[in-house]
Amino acid sequence: MYRYDQYDQAIVDARVAEFKDQVARRLRNEITEDQFKPLRLMNGLYLQLHAYMLRVAIPYGTLSGTQMRMLAHIARKYDRDYGHFTTRQNIQYNWIKLEQFADLLDDLSKVEMHAFQTSGNCIRNISSDQFAGAAADEVADPRPYAELLRQWSTLHPEFSFLPRKFKIAVIASDTDRAAIQLHDIGLQLRRNDAGELGFRVYVGGGMGRTPVIGSVVRDWIPVGQFLSYSEAILRVYNRYGRRDNIYKARIKILVNELGIEEFSRQVEAEWAELAPLGLDAPQAEYDRIIAQFAPPAFDPAAPDDLDLSDPDFAVWVSQNVHPHKAPGYAIATISLKPKRGIPGDASSAQIDAVADLATRYAHDEIRVTHSQNLVLAHVKKADLYALWQGLDAVGLATPNLDLVSDIIACPGMDYCTLANARSIPIAQKIAAKFEDLETQRDIGELKIKVSGCINGCGHHHAGHIGILGVDKKGEEAYQLLLGGSGAEDTSLAKILGPGFDENGIVVAVEKLIAFYRGARSGPDERFLDTYRRLGPAPFKDAVYAG
Amino acid sequence: MPRILTGNRLETGDVLWWTGTDWSPLIRDAVAIGDEGEALVAQLVAAERINDPALIDVTGEPGHWLPTTTRERVRASGPSVRADLARGSLSTEVI
Ligand code: HEM
Ligand code: SF4
Repeated sequence: MYRYDQYDQAIVDARVAEFKDQVARRLRNEITEDQFKPLRLMNGLYLQLHAYMLRVAIPYGTLSGTQMRMLAHIARKYDRDYGHFTTRQNIQYNWIKLEQFADLLDDLSKVEMHAFQTSGNCIRNISSDQFAGAAADEVADPRPYAELLRQWSTLHPEFSFLPRKFKIAVIASDTDRAAIQLHDIGLQLRRNDAGELGFRVYVGGGMGRTPVIGSVVRDWIPVGQFLSYSEAILRVYNRYGRRDNIYKARIKILVNELGIEEFSRQVEAEWAELAPLGLDAPQAEYDRIIAQFAPPAFDPAAPDDLDLSDPDFAVWVSQNVHPHKAPGYAIATISLKPKRGIPGDASSAQIDAVADLATRYAHDEIRVTHSQNLVLAHVKKADLYALWQGLDAVGLATPNLDLVSDIIACPGMDYCTLANARSIPIAQKIAAKFEDLETQRDIGELKIKVSGCINGCGHHHAGHIGILGVDKKGEEAYQLLLGGSGAEDTSLAKILGPGFDENGIVVAVEKLIAFYRGARSGPDERFLDTYRRLGPAPFKDAVYAG
Repeated sequence: MPRILTGNRLETGDVLWWTGTDWSPLIRDAVAIGDEGEALVAQLVAAERINDPALIDVTGEPGHWLPTTTRERVRASGPSVRADLARGSLSTEVI
């Protein structure tokens, strides 16, 4: 894992000192809320329905055990004993007090963490593949490049006041576990026939009010030049992105208005100027960072077989465990979607327990996924049973990864000031209808994603079934969308028909699933595949007719 | 329709209601505000100790207010999905 050098730490320390001073001045009433609000937002602090909400950055979703324990400590000391893991691989706390904020930032910085650039019109936390460094299908670990992007984008003076927020994701395999085509920039690391590494670059993807799938702006940029090329994209966007209308300010609108050919031409022209200036990191810096992501020393003698005689363990393994590139190892996903739980929430005791299990069984490393789950990427198969028991003891062994109860839900109107409707209770009610695990497994992979408003933090446009909270004359109402995907087969879900109330949307989802189970061509055809094969009409009939 | 005055305390972010003389974390302590409401909000904005002061519509009577919007009911009771964190004077059941 990457460790801060003196520059990284100095930057964080200076920024923390600056913001502590701003907080102190606000508390003494020396600056107004209008003056303070943009400053606190730049430091990840929002005012939500119940209190201040803090979003802490987790670079590319990777944490050490020590960092994870600090997240638990923060939940315990400064919040109400829990945190919420988000679709951007970050964590949010819901009950933060401004008067304690300085101490909180000091605690975070002790473990090389902070909250800046988690809000505002800047380059946000870089996201990545939760299986990085462990997946058998990757060409290399994508995180050193995500780390280079993190360093390049941290307090980048030119890109601190972009037209709008900017989100970048990096992966290194053909399987997309990070929804790169739904990011402002999506980078896929590949290897060419000569064995060299380079990126395919997508630009202009996004969800929210105007969902767009990213376009390829360049099929190959050598790995040694991807920072200057990213800089060229940001420069074109910063110069021409619209600042007159917040709803048209994202890069996706610029790319749409110019067309990808013209956008690409402008980026190439900009890059031709930039590339010779020596902006790219020298090879020694690549080497330094790559070395820090060197794989742990895998035990070549680790046995590859697994005792599956405990049936509950066997189910968890078949659902939540993925193959690892090293023989004798496995990747374990910890579902944060327990029965009757809140998607993405974890108590401080659970966060601590995961940290301890990671230290004991997973080379001290934890990942956060964009589906609001956690991953231990390097677990010896021989340790899986003990790990599973440890997880079960704290209620974290739910074997439902990618099943109907593994629902993404944004905080919605239970917490969020922008919400039209609640998201979490909808997720809970749907999950409760399908509590029986055998039924869930029979239904198979089904990604339900719920957002409480058009901003789409719950990725409803990327849901096999997407649910969007809307306001209907002051009442909470829900639109139903079908056919989205945030994976390598990215597609945008489309509205099926008129919306529903809270109970109606749950019934509609039940009808959809019942129809699918009757209509699928075989047990391997996923809900999404059946939808793609048959189109919306029969699903619409199933929900609205009769 | 009666209106009551709410906001968030600067130091803590706590949700508060105006009792006529002070702020309370319990909506049942709120007093109905008449025409002086707007002036009160203007004063609070100027004083800068309460964030986002707002007059909200409620039904019911003193001691038993119920905000008309779901959003304000959630603010008054706490997250509907965490009954254990409920504010006390309004049950999450009413959301
Ligand atoms: C304080 C609560 C939050 C606020 C005020 C907020 C605000 C917003 C806004 C305004 C947008 C739309 C941006 C645009 O379309 O240009 C957005 C998008 C998004 N937010 Fe949030 N959000 C919040 C919480 C969350 C949470 C909890 C998550 C993760 C679960 C999240 C993840 C996202 C994602 C993935 C998008 C879509 C990005 C895109 O448009 O491409 N946000 N958010
Ligand atoms: S989608 Fe809307 S309701 Fe949900 S967290 Fe985002 S801004 Fe809030």
